[in-house]
Amino acid sequence: MDLVPLTTPSREKLRLAFTVNGEPRDLVVESYKTLLEVLREDLGLTGTKHGCELGECGACAVILDGELVLSCLVAAVECPGRSATTVEGLRQGPELHPLQQCFADHGAAQCGYCTPGMLVAAKWLLDRNPRATRGEIAEALSGQICRCTGYLQIFDAVEAAGRTLRGEPAPAPLLPSVHRGSTNGR
Amino acid sequence: MMRLPRFRYLAPRKLSEAAAALADLGTQASVLAGGTDLLPNMKRRQQTPATLVGLREIRALRARSGDPGSGMTLGALTRLSEIEHDSAIAANWPALAQAAASVATPPLRNMGTLGGNLCLDTRCSYYDQGPEWRAAIGYCMKKDGEICWVAPGSPRCWAVTSTDTAPVLCALGAEVTLVSAQGERRIPVEDLFADDGIEHLTKKPGEILSAVHLQKPTPDARSTYVKLRRRGSFDFPVLGIAASARLRADGTVEEARIFLSGTGSRPTNAAEAVAFLAGRKLTDEDVLREAAESIAHVARPLQNTDFSMSWRKQAAREFAARALRNLLP
Repeated sequence: MDLVPLTTPSREKLRLAFTVNGEPRDLVVESYKTLLEVLREDLGLTGTKHGCELGECGACAVILDGELVLSCLVAAVECPGRSATTVEGLRQGPELHPLQQCFADHGAAQCGYCTPGMLVAAKWLLDRNPRATRGEIAEALSGQICRCTGYLQIFDAVEAAGRTLRGEPAPAPLLPSVHRGSTNGR
Repeated sequence: MMRLPRFRYLAPRKLSEAAAALADLGTQASVLAGGTDLLPNMKRRQQTPATLVGLREIRALRARSGDPGSGMTLGALTRLSEIEHDSAIAANWPALAQAAASVATPPLRNMGTLGGNLCLDTRCSYYDQGPEWRAAIGYCMKKDGEICWVAPGSPRCWAVTSTDTAPVLCALGAEVTLVSAQGERRIPVEDLFADDGIEHLTKKPGEILSAVHLQKPTPDARSTYVKLRRRGSFDFPVLGIAASARLRADGTVEEARIFLSGTGSRPTNAAEAVAFLAGRKLTDEDVLREAAESIAHVARPLQNTDFSMSWRKQAAREFAARALRNLLP
């Protein structure tokens, strides 16, 4: 691993060799950048969203070395040698990840701004706990703010994706929670 | 969009190298652990260190030693999510697991460290703002200005300690090791904090908090942490109550320690409530109510966090009672 040298003078560029969505990337970036800024501006991976930039919204979540983190609060200087998975890394070839398919099926995105963070956080959960309960889903997504859906369709979608990933048949009909007379004002 | 200011970055691999760098750079440098407190503050230009000394390559800071039978030492870089999910900690120091689980959100707990949570910058609604906002009010004494907007006649800063783990570690009688180029010292967590919104840590600029030492719990030890905040996630404590006690089988309090977060610049010691409780039965509802009243009395809120002050005072009584009830088997 090419470690950051003991003295990286400010105003100098940073050589950043790391892995993004399974591919090795080797680039030179401004040394003050965050991982979020590198992903979006230097790698063109704009799926990861700029939200509050202060850790208060969760829109910029990525998986870094197996852990769900907020890329707006990871300094690029601390990323050499590490491995990041962004929302772009969920898809397997032409196929959507079951989470992505279920978010579409369940109307789990309205404006869509929180969706990449939700998807990544949900993937992190299901990778570790494929049998996550609704309560565990709500807890795992409690660092991602959605101002549109009221969360219920998102929880439905993650539950459904869990069933797909476990090879269980989807219960019919697939209707969003709001249509079942939930607390969401409908 | 808020960018980080430019900074120089050092990545020492040994604690001694980090301590040497800090000795050399003094107040121009900050240590960087999880980054969840420092980096937002840097983006808002509340803290503008010229150099960041990254601790993540220092393996010793992730070490854990000991066990519940003899007391446990946790490296300062132990992540809050590790503490939250540790069954030995949950069984022996439940308040610590509860406090760690209540910090911020899952991704922030994956990043944030125990040492970082202890050293969390104090917070205030006049300070935790962007540069334009702070410029518009002429800044405050904590950063770039002269006066305290919370108490304009005050000679001191009233920014509030907002860490969840600090009151718990005070209540548990835990200690921390501070390492500098001159050597190391071990102090009670309680002594890590000073009653000032600006100089809120007694840790010197050249010192690195390297480890937290948890005492062996006695068989009759109980501990709890309750947290008042607007949302069940994200928010800092408006009031955090950490209590630990040794109880006899009949509910008589042998010994107790109670500390609060969110009510002053340092964790507040509810010493009067503790003295009152000693030798009394916590199972007696009148005793519990009077102790809760006493705890609420020292929870003196200022108008610089969330909620109205009068509501917070009322809520403090209920939360204190809740914490005390949690101590009962």
